[in-house]
Amino acid sequence: MAEYKLLTKDFGTERLQTLSVYESTGGYQGLREAFKKFTPESLVNEVKTSGIRGRGGAGFPTGTKWSFLPKDVFPRYLCCNADESEPGCFKDRYLIDESPHQLIEGVLIASYAIQCNTAFIYIRGEYHDQRLLLERAVEEARSAGYIGKNIAGSGFDCEIIVHGGAGAYICGEETALIDSLEGLRGQPRLKPPFPAIKGLYGQPTVVNNVETLCNLPHIVQRGGEWFKSLGTERSTGTRVFCCSGHINRPGNYEMQLGTQIRELLEEECGGMWRDRSLKAFQPGGGSMQVLLPEHLDLPLDMDAVAKAGSSLGAGAMVFMDETTCLVDVSMRLVDFYQHESCGKCVPCREGTYFESQLMHRLERGEASTSELATLAGICANMDGRCFCPLGDTATWFVMSAYKHFGEEFEAHCGAGECPVKARSVAMVA
Amino acid sequence: MSLSKATVAAIEKQRDRYPQPRSAILPALWAVQHEVGHLSPEAMGEVASLLRVAPSEVEAVSTFYSMYFQKPHGRHEVLVCINVSCGLRGADDIVGHLERTLGCASGETSADGEFTWASTVECLGACGGAPAMQVDHHFHEDLTPERVDDVLARVRNAGT
Repeated sequence: MAEYKLLTKDFGTERLQTLSVYESTGGYQGLREAFKKFTPESLVNEVKTSGIRGRGGAGFPTGTKWSFLPKDVFPRYLCCNADESEPGCFKDRYLIDESPHQLIEGVLIASYAIQCNTAFIYIRGEYHDQRLLLERAVEEARSAGYIGKNIAGSGFDCEIIVHGGAGAYICGEETALIDSLEGLRGQPRLKPPFPAIKGLYGQPTVVNNVETLCNLPHIVQRGGEWFKSLGTERSTGTRVFCCSGHINRPGNYEMQLGTQIRELLEEECGGMWRDRSLKAFQPGGGSMQVLLPEHLDLPLDMDAVAKAGSSLGAGAMVFMDETTCLVDVSMRLVDFYQHESCGKCVPCREGTYFESQLMHRLERGEASTSELATLAGICANMDGRCFCPLGDTATWFVMSAYKHFGEEFEAHCGAGECPVKARSVAMVA
Repeated sequence: MSLSKATVAAIEKQRDRYPQPRSAILPALWAVQHEVGHLSPEAMGEVASLLRVAPSEVEAVSTFYSMYFQKPHGRHEVLVCINVSCGLRGADDIVGHLERTLGCASGETSADGEFTWASTVECLGACGGAPAMQVDHHFHEDLTPERVDDVLARVRNAGT
């Protein structure tokens, strides 16, 4: 089973980014059909039937999320989360670069379903060119009558505002995103109340990932039952997997959920580079636990990967060959969380700082063996004790790497250098 | 120095798009940075009065986000990703090359004032083209030292 192209079917078509070409591939038919075939309520039910779960990382069922909005409270808001910043993730950028109108169509369908008249696309600051592309596409869609008043004669009104961030991973957390959109420092809010009850400007709000929304035109056109026939029972549809690291063909590959990870690696990614073997991989992005070669037989299924002690997360697959130092990789990830900690809660703000200091000493071979217990202690005092998942996940990779590659961590202690790098240099030379 | 009429008009336009004016702080700061090159206290004061919030609120926002500059930078901005995917494919060599070529450490500006460069752990979202960097917001992927030289030369000669 090779790639299964649903969202990415027309990618590569010349000028697909323009409205006319997008329409010529069937674009905006999903929106028209949504108006014709569904009431907002029946559309929510259709999306529930599809079984689609959020593609941003947490995997919450999208239709269910929508149904939490309180009845008769307006205005409501939709925020498309395009703050993609998870280490290893580059699918949302790809989806926007290749087909900005597909995302806009998805935003409009979701807005119709939840009866929202103002939708926001929050895009990370680093995606400057992608923001401009989206803004141009929004203008084009507006002049064609897909955005604004009485869209395509349906009586439904909706505006879309593209909002650029400015460099803050935490803004991908939905309540921090809302704070940032309100013109505040992007720090997470206490939940409950959940955004569905009290979100942007204190109103009912839905936050959905780019890829989730890009699925909607297809679900509307082909039906929830059809969509459910793709993938596995509890992981329906396809996902775009961002593959990177020591592989022959890094890139984004859309796969039916349930496909074996080995197939993704060997057939799509062209296997490991330089005839080297796989040492470890990370299946969901920087936040997720490390997995081993024996886990390649797992299916790309959220529950199966969770059972193996990790998560499909945001769909990033980072493959590492035999020369990789897991202490070095852990250090980079810990540095990332330390840099991105918003400072709101003590366990995360202080914990990531101590973690980072210690990991640097360990990587240089300067830490003592007893400091490994300190590292585990710091992590134990963070995981489950932080205000939001950022601080919790700042411990997951490093602790899983320590568990599976304990000898490698120990070999660094007092070594005066990175023993893995020293060995790899000798091996390659 | 006060902001140009065009920047003020752009900020007002942003302000009127949102249900609440303070939502326009981020886009307003981008407009200021694109005109001035960094966020001066005076310019942030102007943003505050245009958006009807206190200057301290604008400043508090400006220091939270890593892409806003509190001090003047070089004419061009170079950001090199050193997170895992780029690290696995040689980002450290790119960092070393930039250090030598530009003659300054990460976070600093080259002596000729052309480039401010930094290595960043903030994944740029270009892992499929690792190692990667951004120059003036544009992506450059599958880097080698030679490609870095080409890009820098092109940017320098374009003089924008």
